[in-house]
Amino acid sequence: MANITSNFLGIKSPNPFWLESAPPTDKKYNVLRAFEAGWGGVVWKTLGSQVKNVSSRYSAVDFGGQRVMGFNNIELISDRPLEINLKEIAECIKLFPDRAMVVSLMADNDKKSWHELIKKVEDTGAHGLELNFGCPHGMTERGMGAAVGQDPEIACMVVEWVMEVATIPVITKLTPNVHSVVPTGRSVVKAGTHGLSLINTIQSVTGVDLDTLVPNPYVAGKSVFGGYCGPAVKPIALKMLTTIAQDELTSKVPISGIGGISTWKDAVEFMLLGASNVQVCKAAMTHAFRIIEDLCEGLNNWMDEKGYQRLEDFIGKSVPTITHWEDLDINYHHIAKINQDKCIHCGLCYIACEDTSHQSISLEYGNPYNTYTVIEKECVGCNLCKLVCPVENCITMEEHRVAPEYINWVEFQKRGLPLNDH
Amino acid sequence: MRTRRFRRVTQRNLLTLLFSAVKKSKAMAIAPNKLTTQQYDNNFADIHPPFENKTAAQVEASRCLFCYDAPCTKSCPTHIDVPKFIKQIVTHNVKGSAHTIFSSNIMGAGCSKVCPVEKLCEGSCVFNLLDEPPIPIAKLQRYSTEIAMDNNWQLFQRKMSTGKKVAVVGAGPAGLSCAHVLSREGVDVTIYEKESKGGGLMTYGIAAYKVTPQFCEDEVNYITGIGGIDIRYNQELGKDISLEELQAGYDAVYLGIGVGIARELDIPGEELEGVVDAIRFIYELRTKGFPAVPVGDKVAVIGMGMTAIDAATQAKRLGAKEVTMLYRRTETEMPCTRHELDIAMLDGCEIIWLAAPKEIKGNGKAEQLICSKMKLGEPDASGRRSPVETGETFTLEVDMVIKAAGQKPFDKLVQSMNLENKNGKIVIDENCSTNLKGVFAGGDDVNGGKEVVDAVQAGKDGAAAILKNTFHAKTQSK
Repeated sequence: MANITSNFLGIKSPNPFWLESAPPTDKKYNVLRAFEAGWGGVVWKTLGSQVKNVSSRYSAVDFGGQRVMGFNNIELISDRPLEINLKEIAECIKLFPDRAMVVSLMADNDKKSWHELIKKVEDTGAHGLELNFGCPHGMTERGMGAAVGQDPEIACMVVEWVMEVATIPVITKLTPNVHSVVPTGRSVVKAGTHGLSLINTIQSVTGVDLDTLVPNPYVAGKSVFGGYCGPAVKPIALKMLTTIAQDELTSKVPISGIGGISTWKDAVEFMLLGASNVQVCKAAMTHAFRIIEDLCEGLNNWMDEKGYQRLEDFIGKSVPTITHWEDLDINYHHIAKINQDKCIHCGLCYIACEDTSHQSISLEYGNPYNTYTVIEKECVGCNLCKLVCPVENCITMEEHRVAPEYINWVEFQKRGLPLNDH
Repeated sequence: MRTRRFRRVTQRNLLTLLFSAVKKSKAMAIAPNKLTTQQYDNNFADIHPPFENKTAAQVEASRCLFCYDAPCTKSCPTHIDVPKFIKQIVTHNVKGSAHTIFSSNIMGAGCSKVCPVEKLCEGSCVFNLLDEPPIPIAKLQRYSTEIAMDNNWQLFQRKMSTGKKVAVVGAGPAGLSCAHVLSREGVDVTIYEKESKGGGLMTYGIAAYKVTPQFCEDEVNYITGIGGIDIRYNQELGKDISLEELQAGYDAVYLGIGVGIARELDIPGEELEGVVDAIRFIYELRTKGFPAVPVGDKVAVIGMGMTAIDAATQAKRLGAKEVTMLYRRTETEMPCTRHELDIAMLDGCEIIWLAAPKEIKGNGKAEQLICSKMKLGEPDASGRRSPVETGETFTLEVDMVIKAAGQKPFDKLVQSMNLENKNGKIVIDENCSTNLKGVFAGGDDVNGGKEVVDAVQAGKDGAAAILKNTFHAKTQSK
């Protein structure tokens, strides 16, 4: 068995799975249930300014017969009295001393408020602080949340206030509602944050009700932009994570990965692209805390299979494999091959290639089953047929290099090799 | 799919057995009213129930791969664009889905209940190649068409009347399908039907647990809802109306008169009381109501086609103690599908392969069926190995014999009208035209008896031919 214990900025947890700051971490009742289920840690739902929530709060995007591919919320930070939250945090730490307890914060926009809040939270015995610079709704209008994270200077200022008093690790959570997460990331690292976490939710409209004509979620005939999360945002989160993991400055601090993590595989992908641990929210909200079992077991089995003994053995391993387009090897070429024994004659590869790609698959009529074959000289190796094929490993991409040596775009141009020649 | 259906059939079979245990005991005889109302209700309930709700339909519809040049569509005689109509269920466009189905097959609702899909669309679903259950195409088709019929969505706009008139003989699947296509193109259609209800064999000749008389009536009304189709009931060709009259009064005539009673056995004793024709038997069951139909205690059914299965299962479900099906060849050559055979076997019907009726004995009433034991010889014209007598016989104690060895065309009627024919089956050319000017034909009366879905396609072809050859118009229908 691999060792999946995690140490994030000295905050130890039995596994790298934390529950993200969100409704599941809003109170003692939920957090104790999460710890009993086996979660490694929690980031307690954001404490700070005084708020009032509305009803309803969530909406979702279903796809292909599956519920909640994407999830959207317009809920604000914790709407419970601060004193109760602090008391419950202390109680949870006492009952589960081996679990990570990080508290998310979003104070009013002045130094005094931040200092007072940090003091009170540290008194609970919490192991770390996460600064919520990402909430995209409700708080931004008051100059908080994403309004801070979207402006590197303001973010820097707030982090400096925090670092004046904080005695425990400080993680700054970044908003994805920016052109690039790197400027704010660099700015807060310069200001002294110990770690980063990303991404927070992405502003969204999940859909419009075609009867009422009002978008979701519905609040008395109106709606607002909400924060989007769930499997739909994972690819965007991975991209943003990679930019932070590749930046010279921001890569110096540990990163907590967030964004659509539902399975152990998702978690491994985040860690391969530079996250030291991961935070989960939507998957727990739709399938409850019991998913932690497979998250841990799947991670463990994969590590055993690959021979990794500790998380550090593979964290960040894929970061160098994402490069710039002009560094890609132009002489690499692969073409599709259809395994006729596995083919079920659905024709999806054919029609995708025919209508929207390179007409590289031929159709030999049969009744009722047609035969589909790749026209090798036409195939550009785009992967489309393989992606749409419903049968695993029926279509494989076979390597057919143009030439043995590596040649990139810059060199290709230098040599005056032919362009637009397909 | 087979496993799931199998289970469903098993459950129903258990019901049947349960109820047969408590039925009234009577001396061995042909008699009506053998079961209680509840027993009849249970035995004749929908054998392929619909989806419980929208979610259930969505789950199955979402499995569909949306194949290109889809094998299911190719295997449907009416070429319904199956992936399209299923995709439309997924996108919550049920109206569009129903339109997709009906534009290829106006009896798409009925076909979803009676088609032997295991040898048509579902049989060729690509999931079979993965050893996965195929998409439940029929059930999904039923889902969309049932909603359309319940809401009486009239999805086709009839063109302005052109003043052209066509007479259709027979309000069965071929006639209705032909009439609908013609009406869409603005032709005024009059259908002459010898029965008091439309639907043809759909209404009168199919097992009651597949379609109810009410459904058949609703379907006919839904089809004629487009307007421009006038059905005149109780009008029999050759009796109440003549072909000459129709030829004189209309621009064209389409004959969709179907086939008649079951083929005769041509054996001694066929005239005995208790020897009945399967079509007549099912017809009575469909018209008189279950309790009124007499059924024997020991029933022999001759044949192994779909009608034979229907007759055997219906006899059992009416309260027959023993039902034995006899077929002169083996399972390899049988015309019914394996799925249909399963239904009969799970209903408790006995099957005897390689057995042909030789003589029926009895004192006024059928009492014994003498059968020849057969063996398989050389392939015949159909390519199937032909049955040959071994010389051995065996005897079955019976009180009822149901003849279901294929149906017989209306040969006398066809010949009396001077229609070119082959053993009573009307001969048509590639334009669906008979040897008589302006007289077209299609469906069972031409092919000798196939599925409902084949007749629907024949009706479409006939309408297209009439439009093209008589009216020089084009049809949008495939």
